Amino acid sequence: MEAIVLQLLSGLDGGSAYALIALGLTLIFGTLGVVNFAHGALFMIGSFCTVVLQRILSSSYTIIDESQKDFLGNPLKVQVPYMQDWFGEAASASIIDWSVPLAIIFAIPVMLVIGIVMERGLIKHFYKRPHADQILVTFGLAIVLQEIIKYFFGANPIPAPAPDAFKGSFDFGQLLGFEANRIIYPYWRLVYFGFAALIITGVFAFLQFTTFGMVVRAGMADRETVGLLGIDIDKRFTMMFGLAAVVAGLAGVMYTPINSPNYHMGMDFLVISFVVVVVGGMGSLPGAVLAGFVLGILQSFASMREVIEFLPGINQVVIYLAAIVILLTRPRGLLGKRGVMED
Amino acid sequence: MFGLTAKNTRLLFLVIFLVAFAPFLMNPFPADSAMAQFNAGYPDLMQRFVIFGIFAIGFNILFGLTGYLSFGHAAFLGVGSYAGVWMFKLLGMNVIPAIAASVLVAGLLSVVIGYICLRRSGIYFSILTLAFAQMMFALAASVLTPITGGETGLTLSLSDPRILGAAAVDGNIPVPSFFGLEMRSTYELAVGGWSFSFNTGYYFCAIIMVLAFYASIRIFQSPFGLMLRAIKTNQTRLNYTGLNSRPYTLAAFVISGMYAGLAGGLMVAMDPLAGAERMFWTASGEVVIMTILGGAGTMIGPVLGAGAIKYMENIVSKINKAVLEQWFAFMPDGMEKAFVTVFDMFTGKGWHLTLGVVFMLVIIFLPGGLVEGGQRIKGLFSRKKAQDTPSDAAKTPAE
Repeated sequence: MEAIVLQLLSGLDGGSAYALIALGLTLIFGTLGVVNFAHGALFMIGSFCTVVLQRILSSSYTIIDESQKDFLGNPLKVQVPYMQDWFGEAASASIIDWSVPLAIIFAIPVMLVIGIVMERGLIKHFYKRPHADQILVTFGLAIVLQEIIKYFFGANPIPAPAPDAFKGSFDFGQLLGFEANRIIYPYWRLVYFGFAALIITGVFAFLQFTTFGMVVRAGMADRETVGLLGIDIDKRFTMMFGLAAVVAGLAGVMYTPINSPNYHMGMDFLVISFVVVVVGGMGSLPGAVLAGFVLGILQSFASMREVIEFLPGINQVVIYLAAIVILLTRPRGLLGKRGVMED
Repeated sequence: MFGLTAKNTRLLFLVIFLVAFAPFLMNPFPADSAMAQFNAGYPDLMQRFVIFGIFAIGFNILFGLTGYLSFGHAAFLGVGSYAGVWMFKLLGMNVIPAIAASVLVAGLLSVVIGYICLRRSGIYFSILTLAFAQMMFALAASVLTPITGGETGLTLSLSDPRILGAAAVDGNIPVPSFFGLEMRSTYELAVGGWSFSFNTGYYFCAIIMVLAFYASIRIFQSPFGLMLRAIKTNQTRLNYTGLNSRPYTLAAFVISGMYAGLAGGLMVAMDPLAGAERMFWTASGEVVIMTILGGAGTMIGPVLGAGAIKYMENIVSKINKAVLEQWFAFMPDGMEKAFVTVFDMFTGKGWHLTLGVVFMLVIIFLPGGLVEGGQRIKGLFSRKKAQDTPSDAAKTPAE
């Protein structure tokens, strides 16, 4: 029982990341009909927003402190963050400590601009081209974005730790009435799951309860009719692309303490996210979220020792296996609608 | 000639000419001149030109003709490599059984994968092939370690049985050979400042590539090829005429899988080791890029694309900061620094960026690839004959 709860919990944070990326992918596909291979790159850029903010916050100048000496007896050079001069020592330390959550504020405008520029500058010209061309051009874009990041930040992962308040883990089992120290769960993973749930709810609420969202949903159902009603649907779809980029970026920002940002993390997540989208059903937003969590939890169960002993290697392939089985038995995916990318 | 139309015969002869004289064509600069780093005439690289040429030709039979975009073709190449190394380990160092086994195993695998994946088309097909390839990669790197060597890769060792071939000679692992003709033996020809190398392995691969190219032309101009093009144009209509298109797509898939296996077999025949990273999905993406860059659906396109990518990979990635500084040394200081910084982004370690940018530009402006580019140039000088186009395009990678 404890093992099952533990696997469920550890499946949730991986599942959250899959669900967030798949949600963005589906938003883009559902509105614009474009298969965006560069979506993983957006996730990665989100992660690097954290790195950039961390560097900005801790940017410092050097002073020579005469009161301290190093072991040779020379005056010690001390790095003083600019923050310290502005906000005082304690406040600046906690600002730097909280740079990951703060990066959310920083990442939203950045990702929005990147998303809108991407859609207006490149993807717009590919609506009338075949799906294969869309896949290929976004694949090329993904390579370019990845290499630019690699050029500026290097090939090695850059650690971006969570705030001290969220370091360590807590005993989740005792909460549920199990023995102590049986189910231990890191705080940050719980934060990540909560954050993902918040974003997903936010996106759904936005689509469901605002006029803008209603128009977008109408456009997803029948773009031409909405256009005929005199609504500039292209503009709204562009905004949705920006929103999808923001979702991917925020997923990346909050993922940095779990997985240090490196330039190829986007590609690693992208392949699985595509599988998630296809399993959930192309164009179905609830399907993407559901499939994200289902596959995340499935993967976590497959990495249990008992399962691996029984079926070696299953943890490596279970997601792909699930995708193959689902595509062959339920071609439209879990919650896919009739008529969306049928062929 | 050879059952080809006149135009295709000329194309075949062009390819034969290019691969036969590649040691000269790829080494246009004297060995000690400053331009020598643009020479690509060393055996290792030339072998890769033709091997990836075969891979791309095979991929083009599937993607170019039927329009099915497979994102998992590297799996067949990887499996072919493993099969080839196992033949070396078990039977002996003759390359023929190794290559035959590679093609066969890759063919069998592609029947299975193709049968499953081809139930879907479009983006679903791409994802399914991707899923299969990633699965094979994950398995090869972890559970199947006894067969695949895991992450270190599969290599030959002195204790291999080699029941047909000679046992280890004086304690060294024997090298792959074609009935005694060693693949790695190279004849160096020095003429003036130039030095040309003629490598047995290269010519072995080149002959196979010409045969593979010939087979692909035959497929392109056959009724079977016409059927595949019909599938690309409008599969629904084809189905409404009462024709089951799946056997045709499966045949195309298996043929292209066998081409990939052949490429894998040749790869290990040149260098007898195989690793799981050959099956990683970026490797599949690479062959997609090659085919598109050259021109999907054209006969010579994939060959040009493979050559262009491999040339870029080797030559551009060799240009480092020191070389750039030397190039721009004549400029004023600040300008030199700016130029070096900008170019450094795209050369050396940054060559993937060049690749991505070139690939995007091709997709955006030249969906037909280098071949279309050649045709457009031809359109500008319309007096030129039709056959000049491929050769114009062929020269681009070597510049």
